[in-house]
Amino acid sequence: MATIEVERHRGRLAALAIAAVVIAVGVPLWWKTTETYRAWLPVAQINQLAQLQLQLSVEVEVVFARGSLSAEQQKKIPPSQTHQEAHAVDDSTRWRSSYETRYRTATIMEEEALNQASAEEADGALHMLSENPSGSVVIYVVPESSTLLSEAVSVYVGQRRTALMRAVNQMRGGLKEILDILETRIKQVLQVMSFSHSDITAALSSRVRLGDRSREGLSDSMRAFKSSPGYEVTFSLLNPDPSSHRLHWEIEPAIHSYIQPFLTKMAPVANFSLDSQILYYAVLGVNPRYDPALGAYTLNADSLSHVINPVEARLGSSAASSNPVLNFLLYVPDAHHSPLHITDQRRDPVPSNAFSSPRWGGIMVYNVHTDSDPVDIHIDMRRVMGVFLPQLRLMLGVQSTAPPPGFLIGPCGTVGLADWELDRLMWSRSVENVATAMTTITSLAQLLDQIGNIVINDNIAEQVSSAVASLQLAVGQLEAGNLGLAMQYSKEAILQSERAFFDPSLLHLLYFPDDQKFAIYIPLFLPMCVPILLSLLKMGSEARQRRQGQIKMD
Amino acid sequence: MATYRCIIYMLAFIICGSTVFITADIQTNQGKDAESVFLEGVRGTTSDPSLVLSTDTEDQTQSAEKEQNREAIEVETNLVDAPSDNIVNHVHDTMQTTEPPPSEDQTQRFAKDERIWKATEVEENLVADAPPTPKETDHVPETEQTPDVPPELTAKDQFQEELVIRPLHSGDIYASFQFRTLWDTDFLHGSKVSHYRLFPKSLGQVISKFSVRELHISFTQGYWRTMQWGQPFLPSPPGAELWVWFQDTVTDVDVAWKELTNVLSGIFCASLNFIDSTNTVQPSASFKPLGVGNVTDQRFLRYAVLPREIVCTENLTPWKKLLPCGSKAGLAVLMKSEKLFHSSFHSQALHIRPVCTDWKCTSTSWELRQTLNIVLDLHTSGQGKREWSLFKMFSRTLTEACPLASSSKVYVDVTDNPQGELFDLSPATSLLSQAVVLGDRRTYSVYDLTDPATFGQTHSLNMLLRWKAAQSVEMLRPLLHGERYVAGYGLQTGEIHTLVYNNHPYRAFPVLLLDIVPWYLRLYIHTLTVTSKGRSNKPSYIHYQPSKDRLQPHLLEMLIQLPPNSMTEVTVQFERALLKWTEYTPDPNHGFYVGSSVISALVPSVVAMDTNNTQERPLFSSFFPCKEESSYFMRVYTEPLLVNLPTPDFSMPYNVICLTCTVVAVGYGSLYNLLTRTFQVEEPSQGLAKRLANIIRRLRGVPLLS
Repeated sequence: MATIEVERHRGRLAALAIAAVVIAVGVPLWWKTTETYRAWLPVAQINQLAQLQLQLSVEVEVVFARGSLSAEQQKKIPPSQTHQEAHAVDDSTRWRSSYETRYRTATIMEEEALNQASAEEADGALHMLSENPSGSVVIYVVPESSTLLSEAVSVYVGQRRTALMRAVNQMRGGLKEILDILETRIKQVLQVMSFSHSDITAALSSRVRLGDRSREGLSDSMRAFKSSPGYEVTFSLLNPDPSSHRLHWEIEPAIHSYIQPFLTKMAPVANFSLDSQILYYAVLGVNPRYDPALGAYTLNADSLSHVINPVEARLGSSAASSNPVLNFLLYVPDAHHSPLHITDQRRDPVPSNAFSSPRWGGIMVYNVHTDSDPVDIHIDMRRVMGVFLPQLRLMLGVQSTAPPPGFLIGPCGTVGLADWELDRLMWSRSVENVATAMTTITSLAQLLDQIGNIVINDNIAEQVSSAVASLQLAVGQLEAGNLGLAMQYSKEAILQSERAFFDPSLLHLLYFPDDQKFAIYIPLFLPMCVPILLSLLKMGSEARQRRQGQIKMD
Repeated sequence: MATYRCIIYMLAFIICGSTVFITADIQTNQGKDAESVFLEGVRGTTSDPSLVLSTDTEDQTQSAEKEQNREAIEVETNLVDAPSDNIVNHVHDTMQTTEPPPSEDQTQRFAKDERIWKATEVEENLVADAPPTPKETDHVPETEQTPDVPPELTAKDQFQEELVIRPLHSGDIYASFQFRTLWDTDFLHGSKVSHYRLFPKSLGQVISKFSVRELHISFTQGYWRTMQWGQPFLPSPPGAELWVWFQDTVTDVDVAWKELTNVLSGIFCASLNFIDSTNTVQPSASFKPLGVGNVTDQRFLRYAVLPREIVCTENLTPWKKLLPCGSKAGLAVLMKSEKLFHSSFHSQALHIRPVCTDWKCTSTSWELRQTLNIVLDLHTSGQGKREWSLFKMFSRTLTEACPLASSSKVYVDVTDNPQGELFDLSPATSLLSQAVVLGDRRTYSVYDLTDPATFGQTHSLNMLLRWKAAQSVEMLRPLLHGERYVAGYGLQTGEIHTLVYNNHPYRAFPVLLLDIVPWYLRLYIHTLTVTSKGRSNKPSYIHYQPSKDRLQPHLLEMLIQLPPNSMTEVTVQFERALLKWTEYTPDPNHGFYVGSSVISALVPSVVAMDTNNTQERPLFSSFFPCKEESSYFMRVYTEPLLVNLPTPDFSMPYNVICLTCTVVAVGYGSLYNLLTRTFQVEEPSQGLAKRLANIIRRLRGVPLLS
């Protein structure tokens, strides 16, 4: 009997030992060999970023010229003033604008510059004196009697980052009132020169679900391309009938003198590459109708939407990069469909004979008069570029909103882009970049969270971390008012977040359906675990019985 | 103590279970061991100095080692079977002008060897560094010879188109389209070119982005039957072939190559993205640049073949789109895909290379050549009548030349019909042209599409050729051709046979044979034999680069002297490797393709080659530049091989898992029982007989048995 008891004890010990080995070695081994590798991601920071709270700071300098304030008022000018305004776009998206206004009186040099004959000259002269960092605005308040501004004009916005403003006529009033009146007007100037509420809302539109009504208001921003770190600009000459027209376009010098300066100025926003090509036998998708009244063939605005598709097949996508392509097509109609005019809804010919397609590019029809064929035709590139350059501006998101009454916008000069226009674009672009990168990162984090089988390699974690770091830097720089740096960091953030999101290694989804997993595991686990469990249960019940027996014995 | 024993038993079982999985790995490792052993064996036992093999050892860096290999080969190559004297001599002449003298520390023997070896190099690389000899003129663009070119077309770029129709002796029709765009621009020296006129923008962007010096790509459906059809103007292997010379400014060629293949597969809608390191090689001699430039450093060369690639309309459409006139005008209107692909052979190719613009080669221009070669079988579809017309072949006729083309011509080969006794060609043309093509003087009827008179009253050109005689003259056997097949039985070992025929009655000439074999066929290089006319033929140069599993294929290049009127057989044995089960193609029982062997040679010409270029030369005869009167360059591709590999049952992994688990579970269960059950002696129960006896006893009322 004693030997049986010893045997039983040994059996129990053996079962316990096997269970211990299975739990101590087997389970961790199985766990370790079947787990998917998931590198650490800065989830906390991403969640923090998901609540987008931006602060855009603009440094405004208000310079009072001699005569715009009385001497005692001049002494009482507060050195600086900060004006903040909060805007909520969405539950999770809000932004604040902060204008740090500094007041000072004009220096002697500036006074001299302001004594020029016209506003344009004054603007130029003021620019010679000092270079303002991008994002900042300088407003010169000139006396009411100044001849710089013509009668109806109260504010002149120059080519650079300066504006001239006529002083308020209530000279007698207290400084407080003057500053208050100036304040509202400065705000108007800033909405023209840096950013307005609608700009930033449009830039944040990728994050926000908008109603139909506000979508209408965004048509301007929807015409422009989405923010991207680079664009390919392609000019194509379509020659549907090379046997009768031999076309020559001096595209290289034309680009050099009209397009290149503009794009050089746009360099902080994105990289641009320029190409041109000539396509033969490329026809529009619509047959133009002959209009006897005009004595010409016409393409109506309604049919323009069908023009692009057949042409696009010939244009060819850019093989060498994945940046969006801006297409500008110059179409020379063949002799049988010439002259060709684009007409608007009221069937009047459009003077530029060109149209643009949102987020795609522009098409211009160039009519030539031919009597005999074949003829050599030299295309007037000045006329062509005069159409394409404004279209390019629109496509890139340089907005030309109508200024408020009393405002005069200075001519934008040879480059085609004023400094403040660039600033304005950079504000909305960097906000857009930040919003896009943030959306990308948060949706990546969500995706990884939802699907546990995706392997997260170290390089992805690294890219996510650096994207988050760049985002934080960009947000910080926006807050500090360093527009140039903010733009740069936001571009980096968008690049890194996209690279992480589209990393091919995320596609190697080690996904097995649960039924297959069970089919593999059951033949091994069932026969191994059932005896262990049964003997453990048996031991447990025996122990309970024994305890009960002991209690009874007691 | 008992616990301790239990743990040991447990561990023993775990180990048992894992061995099943480990054995699979061991098998592959053994394969690798075997490979390295036989290579060492070769190194130890090679007594023949001409057969020097370079073997890879992993501790050397790859580039350094290749340099070494090549040097070693060049030094130790045996010269006994050097090519015949006249070749050496004329090579020597060429070398005087083209090649820098060998370095001083080399021995005389080595110098001589170097010279012979360079021979092939020079001869292929004819335009390499063009000396101002009249021989070079054949490569000068035809600008001077085409006076009727519109003035502005000569300015920057020009376009030429051409169609050659050759009735083949088998009754088929060979039609070869060639389109050439020449563009005077400088891609090579930095300046960013981005304004395109006739040159396609997509290709221009590719060239400038990846710093490509030369690009040759071909898509072929079907196999060119040299014995029936003679030589093609431009040879190409079945499937897709891509070879690229990069500029020497490229720092990481492999990365550029990978990206380039991906971009090209996008442009041509082809599976070129399947090109990776396992099918890319850097041939040391067979593929030299065809354009300007004396780059011979093979580090910048990449060559890959996808023998399995299927060519169809989706490849033709992007190819047609690259033409300036598209398929709207000119010869390209004939390219209707349902006719083109209803053919015995279809090959479309694209070649980009820099060429000289003038005699002295002061400036270069880019040449883009697009070629399309098809062989149409009209004999069977035409109810036994031997006649063809443009309309019958392409279901279109020609109505105009491409207005952008500076020359647009149709050539019909009428060599066999000097007096019109064999066939009638209508409309008749008075324009005849003679050209020496592939070592043969041929006569062509020429139709110039830029001349409106060609189209006649109907404004359309539909050539019609009607045979009078039932059978045409015998075809000359092609001087060089190759065949290849796999021999052996079973799924373990096999032997690749490559047969190279020299049909020249009295001249011997050297050929370069290039073989690329995937890593999963493990070549036994010690079994490499080369025999001609029953005697062993020692290759004068061997470049062998062994494979690395899943990394690189075998590359075998040999310079073999072919005796006159002979068949040379190259055999090498191989062993089939076991693949991992994920590495099999979706249809593994179809077999695995091994690309064609490439035979490159300078073949002695029957007639004097046309090196004097006072007259305009048609495009088809000017692709491979020709420097010598006595010989011409030729490339021959053999058949691709289809090799069966041992194919597992693909439900095997699941079966193995289930079986292993069951075995483990049964073993474990009995062990578990042994360890945990307590055994005790039980009273033996009554036997069946006793129980039956007791029942009977009870019925009888007799006392029961105990």
